[in-house]
Amino acid sequence: MATWLRRTRAVAHYLRRSSGRPSSSRVVLDRQGAPLPAVPPLGSVGIGGAAGRISPAPFPVFSAKRLESTRAEKHLVSVHEAEDDDTVEDDDDDDAQVLDFPGGKVAFTSRMQFIAESAEERVPCYRVLDDYGQQIENDCSAQVNEELAVKMYTDMVTLQIMDAVFFEAQRQGRISFYLTSMGEEAINIASAAALTDDDVVMPQYREQGVLLWRGFTLQEFANQCFGNKVDYGKGRQMPIHYGSNKHNYFTVSSPIATQIPQAVGAAHSLKMDKRSACVAAYFGDGSTSEGDFHAGLNFAAVMEAPVIFICRNNGWAISTHTREQFRSDGIVVRGQAYGIRSIRVDGNDALAVYSAVREAREMAIKDQMPILVEALTYRVGHHSTSDDSTKYRPMDEIEYWKMSRNPVNRFRKWVESNTWWDDKKEVELRNNIRKQVLQAIQTAETYEKPPLSDLFRDVYDTLPSNLHEQESQLRETIKRHPKDYPLDVPV
Amino acid sequence: MATSAAQRFGRRLASSVPRRRFSSSAAAAAATGGSAVQRTQNPSLNLCSAINQALHIALDTDPRSYVFGEDVSFGGVFRCTVGLADRFGKGRVFNTPLCEQGIVGFGIGLAAMGNRAVAEIQFADYIFPAFDQIVNEAAKFRYRSGNQFNCGGLTIRAPYGAVGHGGHYHSQSPEAFFCHVPGIKVVIPRSPSQAKGLLLSCIRDPNPIVFFEPKWLYRLAVEEVPEHDYTLPLSEAEVIREGTDITLVGWGAQLSVMEEACLDAENDGISCELIDLKTLLPWDKETVEASVRKTGRLLISHEAPVTGGFGAEISASIVERCFLRLQAPVARICGLDTPFPLVFEPFYLPTKNKILDAIKSTVNY
Repeated sequence: MATWLRRTRAVAHYLRRSSGRPSSSRVVLDRQGAPLPAVPPLGSVGIGGAAGRISPAPFPVFSAKRLESTRAEKHLVSVHEAEDDDTVEDDDDDDAQVLDFPGGKVAFTSRMQFIAESAEERVPCYRVLDDYGQQIENDCSAQVNEELAVKMYTDMVTLQIMDAVFFEAQRQGRISFYLTSMGEEAINIASAAALTDDDVVMPQYREQGVLLWRGFTLQEFANQCFGNKVDYGKGRQMPIHYGSNKHNYFTVSSPIATQIPQAVGAAHSLKMDKRSACVAAYFGDGSTSEGDFHAGLNFAAVMEAPVIFICRNNGWAISTHTREQFRSDGIVVRGQAYGIRSIRVDGNDALAVYSAVREAREMAIKDQMPILVEALTYRVGHHSTSDDSTKYRPMDEIEYWKMSRNPVNRFRKWVESNTWWDDKKEVELRNNIRKQVLQAIQTAETYEKPPLSDLFRDVYDTLPSNLHEQESQLRETIKRHPKDYPLDVPV
Repeated sequence: MATSAAQRFGRRLASSVPRRRFSSSAAAAAATGGSAVQRTQNPSLNLCSAINQALHIALDTDPRSYVFGEDVSFGGVFRCTVGLADRFGKGRVFNTPLCEQGIVGFGIGLAAMGNRAVAEIQFADYIFPAFDQIVNEAAKFRYRSGNQFNCGGLTIRAPYGAVGHGGHYHSQSPEAFFCHVPGIKVVIPRSPSQAKGLLLSCIRDPNPIVFFEPKWLYRLAVEEVPEHDYTLPLSEAEVIREGTDITLVGWGAQLSVMEEACLDAENDGISCELIDLKTLLPWDKETVEASVRKTGRLLISHEAPVTGGFGAEISASIVERCFLRLQAPVARICGLDTPFPLVFEPFYLPTKNKILDAIKSTVNY
C-alpha cells in the first residue's frame, strides 16, 4: 500500500514538474522541499498583442482554433503532495493508452487523481491602468482616442450625477424607487463603448449607463421613473425598468438571470441572419447562481452563439456576499466548464473593460462563439432605495471603495494625463449635468400619467373580449367611486 | 322545444368577438374527431403526422422560423418532427440541451428578434422548470415593454394527458396553471385536422402560445386532413354536436370520451350538445353561454384534477352569466385530486360512465 501510494505521489509529482505547474490548493514542494512556481491553472488564453497576455504560462498560447476536447487531458490537476524517490516507468505504458468514448478520446491513467476544488492561484485580472490612472502597458491608448475618451469620461460623470440625483428624488418621495450603478460606471460605459449600436443588449437592471451611452436622454430616463404618459413602458413597471427598441436595449425585468438564455436565442437569430453583430447579456454575481445562468451558458456553447456574457461581480447580491453565493473562483472559471472562452478584467479600469469587451466582441462575431467576461468591481451604493447596506457591511469599506477605488476618478486621471480634460471642464460638466437632470425630473413630473386604456392594451396584440368586458366594468366602478382612484391617470 | 336560429347559433356580439363556428358532427366513432367529411379525398393522417405536416408548412412558408427541443432532430420521441432537420437544416431544426428553462428562454430570445420559434417540451410533465420564463417573461414581454418588444412568435408544444401507462410523469394535464397567466394563449386540439390548423394558427399568431397535444391520440386518432396550408381560428369554441338538454364542454382527448357518453345518453332520450373549447385562454365564453341559454344545463369534463382545474373557471363564469337560466348545478367530471397514478389510472380518469351518470343526474335534478 505504502509503495503504491509513494509511487502514485511520485508520478503525480513527476507530471507536475514536467508540465511545470502545480495547481492543488496546497503548496507543492519539489524534491528539495522548495515550493514549485505557481502558474495559472486550466489553460490560458493569451490574446494576440501585449495587451492581453496573462503572466507567463507554459501552456500553448491561444490559437485561432477552438480548444478540442482531447486537449483537456493536459489540464488535469494533481492533488497529491510532492514525494520524492520512486521511479515512474511502470505507469508510462498506462499513460500511453487512449480510450474512445462518446465525448472523444481520453487518456487512460492508473493514477487516481481528483481535480482540486480550486486552483492554488486565482485567475489573474486584466488591467491596463494602475490605481492612479497610469497606463501599465503602453498599447491601449491607440484604441481610445480623445473623442472617445472624453465621451466615455463625460458619460461616466453623467451616470454618476444622474444616479445621485434620482436616488435623492426617491428619498424626497418624488419617485417610488431607484437603483444606482455607483462604483460600476467603468463597466457600464466602457463596455457600452466597445459595442456597436447594432449589438443587442439584454440587461439585468444595473446597466443604465449602457443605455445612456447609446443615447437614451436624461428626459427619457426620468419619464420611465415617473411612469408618465411619454414613458415608453407606458407606466406599467417600477422605475429603472428601462427598455428602448430604437437603442437595441431590451426592457429590464426584475427576475434575475432570465435574460441569459434569451440572449442566446437572440444571438442565434443574429447568426442565422448573418448579421455582423452580437448580443451582450449583462448580469451580476448573484445571477450566476440561478439555473438560467447555467442554462444560458450551456446553450450558448452548444449553439456556438455570438453572445458576450458580461458579469458585473460587485461582491454583493443585496446583503449576500459572494462567499455565500458560490465557492468557485468567481465566475470566470465557470466559463471553461461550459466550453466558453473567458476573461477576468478589472471592472474599475475603463480601458481594460473597453479592450476586453472589444476583443470579446470581435471573437464572438468573427468566430461565432460565446465569450464570458467577468468584471470585478464593488457595489458602492446600496442595492436600491429599499436597502440600507450599512446594516450588513462596514461604512469604512464602502467609503474606501467610493474614494480610493473610484473608477471615474481613475479614468479621469488618465484622460487628464493626455491633456484631454481639466478642472475647468470638470466643474462646467458637473454643473451642466446636474441642472439637466433636475430639469428632466421637473419636466417628467409635470406630465400626466398614461391613460387608463393602457392598463388593458398590449397584454395581447389585440384586446380580447374578457379585457374588453373588464374595462367596461372598471369604468362603471370608477364613475361610482371616483375617490378611490388617483387623479393623475386620465380615465 | 323551439329555439330561434339566434339562440341556436348565438348572437353576434361586438366586433372584437369573432363569430362562432358550427360544424355538423359525423356520428362517427370517437377517435376520428368528428370533422365534416370533405368532398375531395384527403389522405388520412394520425395526429403526429398532422402536426408534422403543420411544422413542415410553417418552416416552408417562413424562412425565419425554427423548431427546437430535446431530440427533435432525429424526428422526436413521438415522431412529430420527422424530416424537418433534413429538409430545413441544422440551423433551423436542432436538438437543445436537456433544459426546459433554457429551451423556453432561448425561444423567447429568438422570437423577440422577430422569428417564429416553435419550442418542443418533451412531455407537459416537464414544462415546470420553464414556468418562470413562460409566466414572468414570455407572458409579460409585450406589456412590460410598452409594446416596444414582443415574443409573439413563440409557440411551445408539449404532449399532454393520459396514455394508459404513463403514471405521474407522462400523463399530466397542466393546462390550468397556464390559463391563469394573462399574456399567453393556451390551445388544445381534439383531432388531426384540428391540430394542423390550430398549430399553424398558433405559430403565426403574434402572441406566445402553449399548445398541448393529446398524446393518446398521436397514433390513435386518424382522419382525413387537408393537405394544403390552412389555419383555424383561435378563441373560437366549436359546437361539434348539437343538442337541447344539456351542454357539455371539454377539450383534447377527453372529447372523444364525452362524445361516447353523448351517444349513450341519446339512447336514454337525452339530447346533448357538445362543445370543443379549443382555446382555453382567452376562451370563447359567448359560445358556451349561448349554448347554456339554450339547454339550461352544463357539464365540464377534463383529465386534470378537479380542484382548481379549468372547469372551475368555466363553471364560475357561466353561473355568473346564466344563473337564472340554469336548471341544475354545473357538473364537473374530472380527474381526482391525486397525482396521476399508474395501476389506478382507470379509477382516476373521468370515464364515459362517470360522465353519463352525471348527465342523467343533472337532467333529473
